[in-house]
Amino acid sequence: MTTLDLSPAPAPAPPARRIIRHGFIEARLLIRNAEQLLLALVIPLAILIAGRFASSSIGNLDLLGPSVLALAVWSSAFTSVAISTAFERRYGVLERLATTPLGKSGLLAGKALAVIMIMFGQLVILAGAALGLGWRPTFTPLSAGLAVILVILAAATFVCLGLLLAGRLRAETTLGLANLIYVVLVIGGALIIPLGRYPAALRPVIEMLPTAALGEGLRAAANGQLLGWPVLVLLAWLLAAGLAAWKGFRWTS
Amino acid sequence: MRVADLVVRFGSRTVLDGLALEAKTGALTAVLGPNGAGKTTLIRCCTDLIRPSAGTVTVLGLPVSSRMLAGRIGLMPQSAGSWSGIRTVELLRYLAGLYANPLPVPALIERLGLTDCAKTPYRRLSGGQQQAVNLAGALVGRPELVFLDEPTAGMDPHARRATWLLLRELRANGVTMLLTTHAMDEAEALADQVFIVDRGRVAISGTVRQLTKSGGSLESVFLTHTRARATS
Repeated sequence: MTTLDLSPAPAPAPPARRIIRHGFIEARLLIRNAEQLLLALVIPLAILIAGRFASSSIGNLDLLGPSVLALAVWSSAFTSVAISTAFERRYGVLERLATTPLGKSGLLAGKALAVIMIMFGQLVILAGAALGLGWRPTFTPLSAGLAVILVILAAATFVCLGLLLAGRLRAETTLGLANLIYVVLVIGGALIIPLGRYPAALRPVIEMLPTAALGEGLRAAANGQLLGWPVLVLLAWLLAAGLAAWKGFRWTS
Repeated sequence: MRVADLVVRFGSRTVLDGLALEAKTGALTAVLGPNGAGKTTLIRCCTDLIRPSAGTVTVLGLPVSSRMLAGRIGLMPQSAGSWSGIRTVELLRYLAGLYANPLPVPALIERLGLTDCAKTPYRRLSGGQQQAVNLAGALVGRPELVFLDEPTAGMDPHARRATWLLLRELRANGVTMLLTTHAMDEAEALADQVFIVDRGRVAISGTVRQLTKSGGSLESVFLTHTRARATS
């Protein structure tokens, strides 16, 4: 039997190392999960290809390219975060990690790093696929900068909404509800379908949704246009969702 | 570690009702109680996962919310405490990476009898193996104080005895431990001090010898001082 030195010698690793380790382990576990890969890559790629080769009400590649990128942000920052965090809470992962040197703030920072890594991978793959299929975006330097701001604001908002679901509801309920919200807003939230294709009476309501702000903002930016209202909508959602998640999140089940 | 007048309410339900206890440094303290007595809630207060409605918790001489406690505590939660798809060695390497002076993972895996399942995903481990992984996760950072929530539940007698041996070694090395258990023989075999908790309060406490001096077993003392929860 191996002899272990069991005398206490507690000391935390440097904060950056802890956060990076957590980001990498979460990203690796997400990539291994087939259901998450379906949401993250297979569905967006299928929409892109269907839109390219079949006549589609979603629009041509000029619209589909940015729409699919918006979809990728939505799936990774909301659905994946909600489902994975709900099960981490149910299985006691959050409980254990909150008492390690990682702590609650490190856990959230590590989670954010994992989402950024996954999203970056998705955006590179999907943008590459869209370009390969013939997408020719006309970003200007300003509109590209605005697109980056929109993605950051939207991702932060979606993560807060995902954490709010995961921190309040049972894991199974979160699983069902997060998938339902994903589908409902993909279809009805102007994420991949341009706002102009919805009935005029519904547009004022739909454009207040964070998915519409991201979708419309990215589509405009990819065509070299600058829209200001999506930034305001996302800021309002981020403030509300951030506060709600901060107040409502529970670490234990 | 000291807990004084601890009250925790969830809505109208009072889970801890003025609970007070002290776990002495370098000793193993056992908290016994029926289901729903508040044992897990006590541990969650001591690890800053639940903010009590009233009372104080002092851990290693510091308020429980102190940042200075980072890494000095080990926790073996009652639930899995692990991602379902992660491999044993992967989980322990990840946890070890959060500390500056962790225990060597291969030696820890061997010590806990996990060598054969080191590359097995957590969800495919037996209940006893999962408990062993959870215990390893609580110890890998070489903590000063360890909270163990029913550490041997689901283990076979060999694994239980091996775990008891490890806990005795930890105590001999100066690690303070607080464990909850339903197993009276476990408390008798290990505990320096026993607190029997019922409905959120300490019903009786003392060493095993003190509690059983009238000739009864620890189980009879437990049954005398606690009330069964109604089951449906």
